[in-house]
Amino acid sequence: MSHSLLLVFEVTILVLAVALGFEVISKVPTLLHTPLMSGTNAIHGIVIVGAMLVAGLGHKDTLTTVVGLVAVVLASANVVGGFVVTDRMLEMFKRRDPPREDDGSGRN
Amino acid sequence: MGRVATDLAYLATIVAFIFALKFLSHPSTARRGNWIGAVGMLIAIGITFAQKQIDSVWEILLGMAIGGAFGAVAARKVKMTAMPQMVALFNGVGGGAAALISLAEFHNLAPDSGRLHGDISVSIILSALIGSVSFAGSMVAFAKLQELIQGRPIVYAGQQVVNGLLLGAILAAGIAIVAGAERQWLIVALIGGALLFGVLFVLPIGGADMPVVISLLNAFTGLAAAATGFELENNVLIVSGMLVGASGTLLTLLMGRAMNRSLANVLFGAFGQIVAGPAAAADTNGGAVRSASADDVAVMLAYAQKVVVVPGYGMAVAQAQHDVRQLADLLEARGVEVSYAIHPVAGRMPGHMNVLLAEANVPYPQLKEMGDANPEFPRTDVALVIGANDVVNPDARSNAGSPIYGMPILNVDESQTVVVLKRSMNPGFAGIDNPLFLNPKTVMLFGDAKDSVAKLIAGVKAL
Repeated sequence: MSHSLLLVFEVTILVLAVALGFEVISKVPTLLHTPLMSGTNAIHGIVIVGAMLVAGLGHKDTLTTVVGLVAVVLASANVVGGFVVTDRMLEMFKRRDPPREDDGSGRN
Repeated sequence: MGRVATDLAYLATIVAFIFALKFLSHPSTARRGNWIGAVGMLIAIGITFAQKQIDSVWEILLGMAIGGAFGAVAARKVKMTAMPQMVALFNGVGGGAAALISLAEFHNLAPDSGRLHGDISVSIILSALIGSVSFAGSMVAFAKLQELIQGRPIVYAGQQVVNGLLLGAILAAGIAIVAGAERQWLIVALIGGALLFGVLFVLPIGGADMPVVISLLNAFTGLAAAATGFELENNVLIVSGMLVGASGTLLTLLMGRAMNRSLANVLFGAFGQIVAGPAAAADTNGGAVRSASADDVAVMLAYAQKVVVVPGYGMAVAQAQHDVRQLADLLEARGVEVSYAIHPVAGRMPGHMNVLLAEANVPYPQLKEMGDANPEFPRTDVALVIGANDVVNPDARSNAGSPIYGMPILNVDESQTVVVLKRSMNPGFAGIDNPLFLNPKTVMLFGDAKDSVAKLIAGVKAL
């Protein structure tokens, strides 16, 4: 594929991704906007792939590797922290409390 | 692993991310969605390792262990009230990573001038610029929210001019690079300038506007990630970055609308340092503040049919949400219908109040968003306003001279009685008078929110 063709292809993907993003995200209720933000936060941790490629692909000098590795550290914090904190929040959203002792205990 | 297999695996990641966001549309599926997203991320990381050109595997794993450990510990320890700064922090490191990737790519690809395709150099510059602004801006937002620096806007004369000149210089450096001057020092200068710009750009923005800023920085990091996708010709980065960009943009617009302020006004208006003008006081004449004792209010609540709690950030600051839930439980046990009306900008980030109440075990069906809550007020006996002020200020509806005129509010004044729990008669964060407090329907219960709610609990129990 020629370079400009590749670029057009990538821009097409970008436009579709934006359209899809707006569509899916506009359905998220305000109730969940904080988890949405921390969840998308985790998703942009995907830069970890870029950081790995830069740090690990051959033909490079020490500076590239070091900068790439720092990027790996930052992106890993982003990924792990993002997913863990989102899970912690979503765990708290409950329809009702778990039944109390006096419910279903047979007494009363 | 071949390119085709790799790209197919990345496609699986993309699909996982889309489902993750889709499942976030309901609280019952949201947690599963987050897991699906995490699995998608693991697939992407795994397949990247499997590429046979990758070396320095151990170093990369070590880096992941360090970053991951930090992220995991921080995410487990953070208090729910501190969630906005946590999100800002993770947002910042993501932006920082994107900027570093660009720096390394540039160093790697352009040992001599004139070797880069235009689109590659443009993407490198965009991700370096946006990523750096996002990193530095997020760190300042973090420091403000964590109260390491003052939350009030920091302003000085000629601020806009300085920011404008700095941005101009950064763009000039970027254009020079694209035009062929592919010097290392230029990109380093560009990143340095962008970091400085990020700091200067968030400093003048007040604490109450943080929901907008955090959303915007979230969008920035998404865009920076997408730009690295163009550099590395990698679709998963482009798509994931743009999904985040779309989400951040939507939330930014939503927050702006909820405050009835344009983005430009939030970013450059230095709101919160303005003292309310004389026009703002127009509606407050001809009324007296009625204050009540906790026991009086407890009686009102206990014999009501329907009580709507309107929580504001003041409730969270006082850590009163658990007590509020206890009070609600007591009232429900007496047959009172209790729900919570939540303004979109209650808290320090979009949806923050819902998380704080969920943490206090409030069942989510009781949490009503503004559109659902407002029609309920006319048949509400008592609206219990706890630590909220501007979001229930009727001036936003009726006083064209008020700085918050036009902002959608919760119409608590349509209920039979309004009880306002407030520390004192001092105006709210934005320094604006609130005629609700002088409304004949309103009674004030002065004191710390947590103490007051504890007294109400005791009062209701004693009945």
